[in-house]
Amino acid sequence: MKVGNIQLPGMSSLLLWGLIWEIVGRSGLTFFVPPLSEVIATLFSVIGTPAFLTALSETAYAFFLGVFFAIVIGVPVGILMGKNRLADELLLPWVNIFLSAPLTALVPVLMVLFGFGMKSIIITTTLFAIWIIILNARAGVKQINRSLVDMAKSFLATPWDAFFKIYIWAALPEILGGIRIGVIRAVKGVIIGQLLISIVGFGALFELYSSNFLMGHFWAVLIVLFAMAFAVSELLAYLERRVSYYAATR
Amino acid sequence: MSQTKSAFGQAASLDTEHAVITRNICKNYGAVEALKDLSLEFPRGQLTSLLGPSGCGKTTLLKIIAGLLEPTSGEVEVNGRLINGPGPNRAFVFQDFALLPWASVMRNVAFGLELRGMPKSEREAIAENYISAVGLSGFENSYPHELSGGMRQRVGLARALSVDAKVLLMDEPFSAVDEQTRRKFQEDLLGLVQNENKTFIFVTHSIEEAVYVSDQIAILLPRPSRVSEIIRPRALHGKDVSNIRRDPEYLDIVDQIWASLRSYVE
Amino acid sequence: MLTRPTLLKILSTLILFGAWEIAGRIPVSYAFPTFIESMQALARMTFDGTLFVAYGETLKPLVIGILISTVLGITIGLFIGLSGWFDWLMSPIFIVMQAAPLAALIPLLVMAYGIGLTSKVFVVCIMAMPVIVLNTSSAVRNTPGSLKEMGRSYLASDTEIITKIIIPSASPLIFSGLRLGISAGFIGAILSELKITPTGVGDIITFSRSIADYPSMYAAIFSIILLAVLFLNLLESIENYLFEGNNRGYVSD
Repeated sequence: MKVGNIQLPGMSSLLLWGLIWEIVGRSGLTFFVPPLSEVIATLFSVIGTPAFLTALSETAYAFFLGVFFAIVIGVPVGILMGKNRLADELLLPWVNIFLSAPLTALVPVLMVLFGFGMKSIIITTTLFAIWIIILNARAGVKQINRSLVDMAKSFLATPWDAFFKIYIWAALPEILGGIRIGVIRAVKGVIIGQLLISIVGFGALFELYSSNFLMGHFWAVLIVLFAMAFAVSELLAYLERRVSYYAATR
Repeated sequence: MSQTKSAFGQAASLDTEHAVITRNICKNYGAVEALKDLSLEFPRGQLTSLLGPSGCGKTTLLKIIAGLLEPTSGEVEVNGRLINGPGPNRAFVFQDFALLPWASVMRNVAFGLELRGMPKSEREAIAENYISAVGLSGFENSYPHELSGGMRQRVGLARALSVDAKVLLMDEPFSAVDEQTRRKFQEDLLGLVQNENKTFIFVTHSIEEAVYVSDQIAILLPRPSRVSEIIRPRALHGKDVSNIRRDPEYLDIVDQIWASLRSYVE
Repeated sequence: MLTRPTLLKILSTLILFGAWEIAGRIPVSYAFPTFIESMQALARMTFDGTLFVAYGETLKPLVIGILISTVLGITIGLFIGLSGWFDWLMSPIFIVMQAAPLAALIPLLVMAYGIGLTSKVFVVCIMAMPVIVLNTSSAVRNTPGSLKEMGRSYLASDTEIITKIIIPSASPLIFSGLRLGISAGFIGAILSELKITPTGVGDIITFSRSIADYPSMYAAIFSIILLAVLFLNLLESIENYLFEGNNRGYVSD
């Protein structure tokens, strides 16, 4: 977007939206939207509170563990599917189904199986993230240049060497892409898990604020949450671009 | 003055003379016959081209010699031994270079030695030699995406040379580089054949390239794939390299090959 | 005639359901019924009509929400893709929405719109729309320039360039956005039934859990996953019918 000769930076329209928010808030149009300035003022007072910090650390804990399991299980399974036709044919239909299935419906099952606590939230997070990670790792291995595989063979590479020195690196851009999408899904999963199980983390915080009609607090926490989610996704996108030169020479 | 012989014209004499021998190679993909009863001999220390229209199975044959493909029947002998898969006596140069995009030129060139378990300092010393031999000194720490196509293939060549295999298998190595670079490569290749005591097997679809670089040309024809004739433009190589392309004999051979191939081109 | 892929699909189904059955028989947990028990419950709920009544409830916000998201999402996406000004104004909103855990808005929506249909439709929309908008806009933006120039050189009008070149060329990515959007819409619909008020399938799940009728609970979950899969397959056939020869759009989220 250009105004005159000045190139407006990509996300600058958010400032305009912030201004609109402020105006709507001040006009007193609706009780649910307090002015942005008020929200931001609340934000700074909320960030330091123990309630917020507990929620944040509990969420981060569930999120990182969930993502960790999704990557540690998902990447090897995806690579296996890419290399082994039988495993691929047996697993692919299920991976595709769970990729697009409404996983929220499984949360009640997790609740009765694993209790109303952290464990269920972690598993929810993993379930949201893992399928796309598997699929992308599989795609990454499938598109490895035939010549690289032949090259490894012609130099008599051991399966171990071929895997750790070639396949995993050659599939890296796709694997990272899968992890990026998986992480974005995990953020949604961890929040959905907390909303449904709702005695820990931000789920509890949201319940508290909404039952006490603390709109400013509610929006403040939302902004923090959205900003962190956005930052994580941008960071991963940046990492992914770092390896994009692969595509040209692979 | 060029000698034209049938594939089986010469009795196979024993193998100090031939580095690689293929006997009765057949390769089927399902019902499709990619190669049928193909026998060829590759003289030691010389460059043999496999030339033919696309689909004649020349790359398939090269990969069978490399041990990357299993023939349906028939056998390949390298230095008097039947092969059974890839081996350290052969090195492959790929059409698309097959470089590791995440590794520096140095690591790429040394990669064959790395896979053989040679210690880092040792293999890098060897790689350094070949990097300068192919004219890439100063690019040791560059990455493939920072190099031009021609330079990338020089990396691929240096990698193949550094494992010190006696047989070099080149699969259309110059087809992905521009015309000027290719000419330079072809000249360099002649020097390489002369100076290195190696046997080169070279797949190409360019008649001019084959005549220019080869000691022996095996012309392969498709449907069913077979060797139609062997041509030995050796006499050309006594002459001045810079004049080969103007030599009447060179032109004659090119014309003659085109005459026998043209009916196979759609 | 059984081909290898079909055979393996059957085998893989047998393995999974067999594992479920065995896990249920051990049992791994008091709350883990066998596959057969769950299927019996599913059959029972199907024949006594419970399931149809429930889906009548569940599908209402889902279908309305998906229809709104599809129409609105593709339209907004088209505008974003075609106009630089609109792109500057709207893209950031949807990019942030796409990355953000929008489920967190639910308590607010409930306060603003109550626990009725409106809130649920809203939930489906905010879950489904961002990916539809973003896929459409990036597909439109990335229409090959040579195709548009070809259109202009043969004197196509602007409308014709949009309807005959840009939209067909963007259709694979638009459809992959729709697939992702609809699957997110399903997530939203179930979420709102579990979170806001138990109605429809969410009611079966919540109620059977509360009376420890686990087979019915698993059956209801099984049915909603099955429905989502069937729905997405239907969409795929629609795409194949409308735009024959579309390559599958690469999954992006």
